[in-house]
Amino acid sequence: MLDTTSLAAIRLSVELALATTLTLLVLGTPLAWWLARGRTRWRVPVRALVALPLVLPPSVLGFYLLVAMGPNGPLGAATRALGWGTLAFTFWGLLIGSIVYSLPFVVQPLINAFEAIGERPLEAAATLRAGPLDAFWHVALPLARPGYVTGAVMGFAHTLGEFGVVLMIGGNIPGETRVISVQIYDHVEALEYTQAHWLAGGMLAFSFLVLLALHMLQSRKEVA
Amino acid sequence: MSPPDATVSGASCARHDWAGSPKHAESGLSVRARVQPGPGFVLDVDTMLPASGVTAIFGPSGCGKTTLLRAIAGLVRPSPGRVALGEHVWQDDARGLWLPPHRRAVGVVFQEASLFAHLSVRQNLDFGLQRVPPAERRIALDQAVALLGIGPLMDRKPAHLSGGERQRVAIARALATSPRLLLMDEPLASLDAARKADLLPYFERLQRELAIPMLYVTHSLDELARLADEVLLLEAGRVHAQGPVAELMTRLDLALTRGDAASALVDGVVDPVDDPYHLLHVRFAGGVVQCIHAPGSPARHPGERVRLRVQARDVSLTLTPATDTSILNVLPARVQALADDGPAQMLVALEAGGVPLLARVTRKSAQLLALAPGQPVFAQIKGVAVLD
Repeated sequence: MLDTTSLAAIRLSVELALATTLTLLVLGTPLAWWLARGRTRWRVPVRALVALPLVLPPSVLGFYLLVAMGPNGPLGAATRALGWGTLAFTFWGLLIGSIVYSLPFVVQPLINAFEAIGERPLEAAATLRAGPLDAFWHVALPLARPGYVTGAVMGFAHTLGEFGVVLMIGGNIPGETRVISVQIYDHVEALEYTQAHWLAGGMLAFSFLVLLALHMLQSRKEVA
Repeated sequence: MSPPDATVSGASCARHDWAGSPKHAESGLSVRARVQPGPGFVLDVDTMLPASGVTAIFGPSGCGKTTLLRAIAGLVRPSPGRVALGEHVWQDDARGLWLPPHRRAVGVVFQEASLFAHLSVRQNLDFGLQRVPPAERRIALDQAVALLGIGPLMDRKPAHLSGGERQRVAIARALATSPRLLLMDEPLASLDAARKADLLPYFERLQRELAIPMLYVTHSLDELARLADEVLLLEAGRVHAQGPVAELMTRLDLALTRGDAASALVDGVVDPVDDPYHLLHVRFAGGVVQCIHAPGSPARHPGERVRLRVQARDVSLTLTPATDTSILNVLPARVQALADDGPAQMLVALEAGGVPLLARVTRKSAQLLALAPGQPVFAQIKGVAVLD
């Protein structure tokens, strides 16, 4: 079955996906709120920017992130000034890469959810003495719950399957940056097809189950 | 929340010089608002509305009724604008004062109920209640719940309510904050005729039982006749006419008298007569009207106030009182004005003891009787509807 290096890769992948998803849910909320309801003309270009990771090859994204995190890049200069060294080939670098890479998968469902709520429930809340923040917490957020479920599931699953960006900025350090997809690649390179099968099959089953659960949840919502 | 005291300011704005207008003494709801919600339409209103009873805002679609309501609630910001209910000033551009909607003591019932889908009926009601300090709760929520008959629905989610039930919950939810003013934006418009008929009595009960001023947006003459005390007639974003409903509904120069439903309203009191013929006797300034007590309608007690609706098409005119007629109600009246109503008919505005009535007669009859303003006539009233 799974050897220790594979288990370590699974653990790392899950940790990375969890951290990425949580960060994106927190950071994505104000971003999605602004993109769904803001009135400035900056909305359109920022929306395009958020969607960019959907179409960009992961290697392109990874390359620019690598350059940015490098000792001469803006991010690298900042982290070095703070005494953290450079982030490339570390878990934290990988986390930043994953956040950028999975951004649209979390933010887009949140935007859709906030747009679906519309103006009216918030107006109703205001006439019931709820201030803007109050209305956001007690009306907008609960009504956007389906968007949060979708965003969390998609963000988690998508980060788990990440390969190109990891390879570019994380390399292949066991326990630090060697995630499942890289591990599968290694197994195949070493002609360890049984090991590769276990991991690849697991990923396949997991991804299918996640999407199945999501669709079942959505169709149940429509019936109710 | 304690609203700042209103002080009359001498400042004026470029377009309007509002200061010092005697119309705006500090009682009632004073609204001066200019709003441009979209290209090609401007709401420009400067008016004083009564802070009691039901004031209907009436007019065709797109005349600015909803925009006016939103300006009062603070959901749009008029510019320039001043909105004050008695001493509570909600907006005053002259002083740079603007209270957002959540700091205004208004309740709003939208055209669609707009209940919070994630909360039960009880939680919807509690939402507003919890946000009002106990000291400011003047309306007993239990009473509103009982009045609106929504007690049995408390644990349901809005998705499992009918349209009429949702609208009743929305009204109770708005009342839960003990507003000083209740704004209703065509609350019956999204319902079918049967649901409307079901819901109207609830509005009448609310009006009777709770001393809360209401602004009621509608484009239905029926709702106007049943609910309104005062009417603000809007046309193309401006105040076209304003006054007591009985007066406006019989003014021949207004759109309210156009069409087949043109009618007069008579507010009267039930006479203590034990009629062997089972007729209801209603006394008003112009005399006594006998009417049929519709089966199924609530019992009327002597002294009770009722409103009668007399359709123009049910009123005919004679110069001498006919004695051999099956028509019971023959009232002395005086012709006030005449207006054409199509090529063959005329509308005649009458007054009986100071109460306006309408009669629809043929142009031929008007000519044969030589009807003219000031002329005394007898109004024969064939049918009367008891409204409330």
